[in-house]
Amino acid sequence: MTSPKRVGRIEFGLFSPKEIRKMSVRKIIWADTYDDDGFPYPQGLMDLSLGVIDPGLRCKTCDQKAADCPGHFGHIELAKPVIHVGYTRLIRKLLRVTCRSCSRLLMTAEEVEKIIGPEDSDLSGDIVSEKDIKKERVCPHCGEQQLKINFEKPTTFSEVFVEDGKKVEHKLTPADIRARLEKIPDEDLRALGVNPDVARPEWTILTVLPVPPVTMRPSIILENGQRSEDDLTHKLVDIIRINQRFKENQDAGAPQLIIEDLWELLQYHVTTYLDNEVAGCPPARHRSGRPLKTLSQRLKGKEGRFRGSLSGKRVNFSARTVISPDPNLSIGEVGIPLAIANEMTVPVRVTQFNIDEMKQYILNGPERPTIRSPCGANYAIRPDNRRMRLSEANLETVAEMIEPGWTVERQLKDNDIVLFNRQPSLHRMSIMAHRVVVMDGKTFRLNPAVCPPYNADFDGDEMNLHIPQTEEARAEAEILVSVQANILSPRTGGPIIGGIHDHISGIFLLTHTVRHFNKADVLYLTQHLDIEHLPEPARLDEDGNPLWTNKQVFSLVLPDNLNMVFKASSCQNCETCRREMCENDAYIRIVNGNLISGTIDKKGIGAFDGQILHRIIRQHGMKRAARFIDDVTKLSIRAIMLEGFSFGIDDEDLTKTEYGQIDEVLKGAISDVERRIKIYNEGQLEPMPGRTLEETLEMQIMQVLGKARDRTGEIAGRHLGMDNSAVVMAVSGARGSMLNLTQMAGCLGQQSVRGERIMRGYEDRTLPHFRRNDRGAEAHGFITNSYKSGLSPTEFFFHAIGGREGLVDTAVRTSQSGYLQRRMINALQDLKVAYDGTVRTTGGRIIQFRYGEDGTDPGKSSYGAPVDVKGIVESVLKEEVK
Amino acid sequence: MNSDMEQRIDALDLPYRTREDLKATLADRDVTEEQFEQIIKMVFSEYQKSRIEPCEAVGVVAAQSIGEPGTQMTMRTFHYAGVAEINVTLGLPRLIEIMDARREPSTPTMAVYLLDDWAFNRDRAREVSWQIEAAPLHEFGDITIDMENMQVLVMLNKGVCDRRKISVDEIIEAAPRKIREKRHFRDFDVEGDPKSASLTFTPKNRESYQNLFQLAEHVRNVIVQGIDDIERVVVRKEGGEYILYTEGSNLKDVFEVEGVDTSRTRSNNISEIADVLGIEAGRNAIIQEALSTLNEQGIGVDVRHIMLVADMMCMDGEVKQIGRHGIAGEKESVLSRAAFEVTVNHLLDAAIANEVDELNGVTENVIVGQPIQLGTGDVKLVAKPLNLKI
Repeated sequence: MTSPKRVGRIEFGLFSPKEIRKMSVRKIIWADTYDDDGFPYPQGLMDLSLGVIDPGLRCKTCDQKAADCPGHFGHIELAKPVIHVGYTRLIRKLLRVTCRSCSRLLMTAEEVEKIIGPEDSDLSGDIVSEKDIKKERVCPHCGEQQLKINFEKPTTFSEVFVEDGKKVEHKLTPADIRARLEKIPDEDLRALGVNPDVARPEWTILTVLPVPPVTMRPSIILENGQRSEDDLTHKLVDIIRINQRFKENQDAGAPQLIIEDLWELLQYHVTTYLDNEVAGCPPARHRSGRPLKTLSQRLKGKEGRFRGSLSGKRVNFSARTVISPDPNLSIGEVGIPLAIANEMTVPVRVTQFNIDEMKQYILNGPERPTIRSPCGANYAIRPDNRRMRLSEANLETVAEMIEPGWTVERQLKDNDIVLFNRQPSLHRMSIMAHRVVVMDGKTFRLNPAVCPPYNADFDGDEMNLHIPQTEEARAEAEILVSVQANILSPRTGGPIIGGIHDHISGIFLLTHTVRHFNKADVLYLTQHLDIEHLPEPARLDEDGNPLWTNKQVFSLVLPDNLNMVFKASSCQNCETCRREMCENDAYIRIVNGNLISGTIDKKGIGAFDGQILHRIIRQHGMKRAARFIDDVTKLSIRAIMLEGFSFGIDDEDLTKTEYGQIDEVLKGAISDVERRIKIYNEGQLEPMPGRTLEETLEMQIMQVLGKARDRTGEIAGRHLGMDNSAVVMAVSGARGSMLNLTQMAGCLGQQSVRGERIMRGYEDRTLPHFRRNDRGAEAHGFITNSYKSGLSPTEFFFHAIGGREGLVDTAVRTSQSGYLQRRMINALQDLKVAYDGTVRTTGGRIIQFRYGEDGTDPGKSSYGAPVDVKGIVESVLKEEVK
Repeated sequence: MNSDMEQRIDALDLPYRTREDLKATLADRDVTEEQFEQIIKMVFSEYQKSRIEPCEAVGVVAAQSIGEPGTQMTMRTFHYAGVAEINVTLGLPRLIEIMDARREPSTPTMAVYLLDDWAFNRDRAREVSWQIEAAPLHEFGDITIDMENMQVLVMLNKGVCDRRKISVDEIIEAAPRKIREKRHFRDFDVEGDPKSASLTFTPKNRESYQNLFQLAEHVRNVIVQGIDDIERVVVRKEGGEYILYTEGSNLKDVFEVEGVDTSRTRSNNISEIADVLGIEAGRNAIIQEALSTLNEQGIGVDVRHIMLVADMMCMDGEVKQIGRHGIAGEKESVLSRAAFEVTVNHLLDAAIANEVDELNGVTENVIVGQPIQLGTGDVKLVAKPLNLKI
């Protein structure tokens, strides 16, 4: 492929009136657009020389059809000059720093040099600013006394005279200003940061207005056949109309007052044409009352030209639908509905090697009936880039026509590479490459283990799919973007894909303590795994049937030479570790790929801190790690299905004794709170250093109530053991915590707003159910009931108050963190590692001499360290390494 | 492991930290020569694998790594970090504050470490704290307004003065001076009497009661001891030594106080650190503050990402904001600036100054529709196919 032409650089400058006239193809003088026959007026705003938008017509300038004509500028000769609103600040500055009579800079050459540095040095950074000029001084060149220049938004300039001790304002017309700006010498402009070669300051006062081509302000035809013009056209109509009237009045020698009014009106229309959101200027409105979208508004903001159309582009070859889980897929696969696979295509260039295959694709046609049928093709593209849509009617003829040089757009089939994405795309793992599996149904299917990087769940989430269209794109997608290349997160250097929820519960249930399985069970558990032989059975039962331990079953999915020791997330952090004898079975030891002791849970295979996963990635590579995740998730799903796993309302039941104990604890806490309030009321409370009495009391109360809730949790936890599903989930780290269980079975505890007890509501009380100035526990949001027992009405209100805070928090946070991220991306996006290991901007500026001071890629590091020394030593010595 | 192996590890071309790690893990262990060789081999190959590749878009990765967990952070502004008595802004608002490079954080605090002579004695630590904590005059005695004589009378309490290690003379000298200098109120006369430990303030304008009360207000609140910006000091014992935690920050003045360990004392005011200790210290402060903010929320982010952000912010020798008024607003490329914020003004100004966009950056090239110069787009070599036969 020949490399396409590159845009080398873009230079910015102002158009001079001369240039505007030169590039114009037509002088526009009529405010009307179309005549009664619907044909554009010559020299009107829709003149055919400005380009065409209606199909069938040809452009008078370039003689091309609507699709090919890029459009051409016209121009309007303004009756009198008007100010360009965008440059009012520049004009103000220039008027204030130059002499009102000779237009030279109000500084001597030496003064200028002091600011911008000597002429021949390149280092001259500073430019002369308004502050460098003393107020109302005398011109050093011609001796003229300077006057104060007043500027009134949006476009009025005036000079202030002092006459008989009174201040008199004299308005400067744009023509006066233009005359002054014209006289400013080029050297002085350079000192002011204006480059006179491309931008003479008088060009900011418009005498000619370019009329943009019709193509950038197309009119649309409504259903009733009426034409509806673009906002820009409306504005241009206004300008021409006023301009015309202005000219007539001028020629007729109208009184100065009328001329001035018209001049101001013209200024208003040109101002709003350029920017319709200028301060101090009522926006021009459409007949319906909607403010017009004029030039500035087209560029600005999120939906503007820059952010909306240039930085973000729309694409073809994409699909979007709801996602649903399929644990039988590999993590690197994605299930695609047949309907989508039939519609989406991959272009294949016909060569002499694949021509037969391509012919078959074409013969298969655009309608693939089932997911098992071979894929067909939707389009064939001739060497001259003409597209031919394939249909039942032309299959055979096209199949006969194709020869090397053609391109066939074949349908998606199994094993194609596609990019899969879920918004918001907060990090690079939000887009990953998957391999296609065409499926029945109407949703995208993905392995739940890849949910964490996408932050996806299945409560109605939708995801997008893109199909790379070139060989390079496919290669990059497969090598750099594939799921297995992204198991490690560049944020931490740890895995981000791994077991979640039921995977962890399942593997926990499977590996906890020592159990034995008979052959049928073992085969049931392992039936979806990629293994060939069962290991030697651990022992035989009374009847001589072989039995395998649960740890043996798990070991089947481990690589043979894996050696490691770590503690599970169920580890209690006992003072002295009993290692293999751990009563929670939380000490995990793997020798030569065999699990000797310990329970596998979140710390072992979890999505964010899976230690086994991490070790396999480092020592056996990404591919093996991907296979491990596939195996372990399938195994754990089978394991959890072996016995079933569910949770119901009666799982929160406690016995009478526990309810009694909980009651006692809560009553004790509430009376303790009352006691402390009494001490406070009596003035006996000692304030904590740096706190007021009230704050001290509040902190004490919060502490007492917090402890009470934890105590009820402990009481409930004593009754609920490992046979409780919620406990299993909390202990294994699959989902939820003991706090959630406490709230379900024990008590909900203190509801808070901004980290304090609930204080707002009515006068001196939170709810009308309480006495005024009641400081008690219940009156400020302490909930003694549990979710199981149900909340009382007052408690329910407090719970809603506390819950609302969380909702508001999330809503505010997303917008704030989104903006922070946008700013950071914008600030850092141009940085890259150069071939010499330095970090530079794309412009070549050095930011770091060595990336991260040690040249280590965090995405390839072991939680930040360049080498996982512990892991290596462990795997070689096969013993625990601290 | 024997000493020979240790020497061999030292001789390896590996980062210091990895070598030390290796020595530490292998110390007191029986390692055969064979095992040792294997370990070294594996360490080496892993080290080679973890090198950063050229053309990697490290900036974007860093920005994503810090930005993505932002959604998981709490908005709760106030939280107690370590010291229960002092409130510190944490979570997302603090992270935004750091990236904004604010002149003054919303909750400035300092951790003042003490030199050995002061750090292990509660009373001596307290003495230092008196020198730091801003104490208004009314804490040292009674202030009464004498309406009859149009005077403000201060009766100093000698006991308090002794306890807080400040002499009556010092107060008599400092109070009027500070009112004039710091509070910019000059229309009064003063008479101090060291013997009776009293001060008498008389307003110059003896007609206006308003003036008198204004003077009284100044007298009451004038800071006579300590450093003006530091409103509160808490002394805490941590790891055997006493540390002063402050509300308010003023590095420069705290460094002058006797007993302060200037090498360990830190502030959370980044631009103050940069001003007082230099830009390198400012950069380290950004790293430290951002990292601790993230870690406090339980979010692990590799330091290298934060270092890159900090280096970018401090690139020009002053701490610059991430955003419109800093890095993003001072980019060379017109298109990139226009695509970020305040689109129209950037374009208009670029025309006047005849700016040229060289199209080096990412946004510019996306805008004109050509490959960006990062990652695989930065490779300019084209392989000539060998043995190409058809």
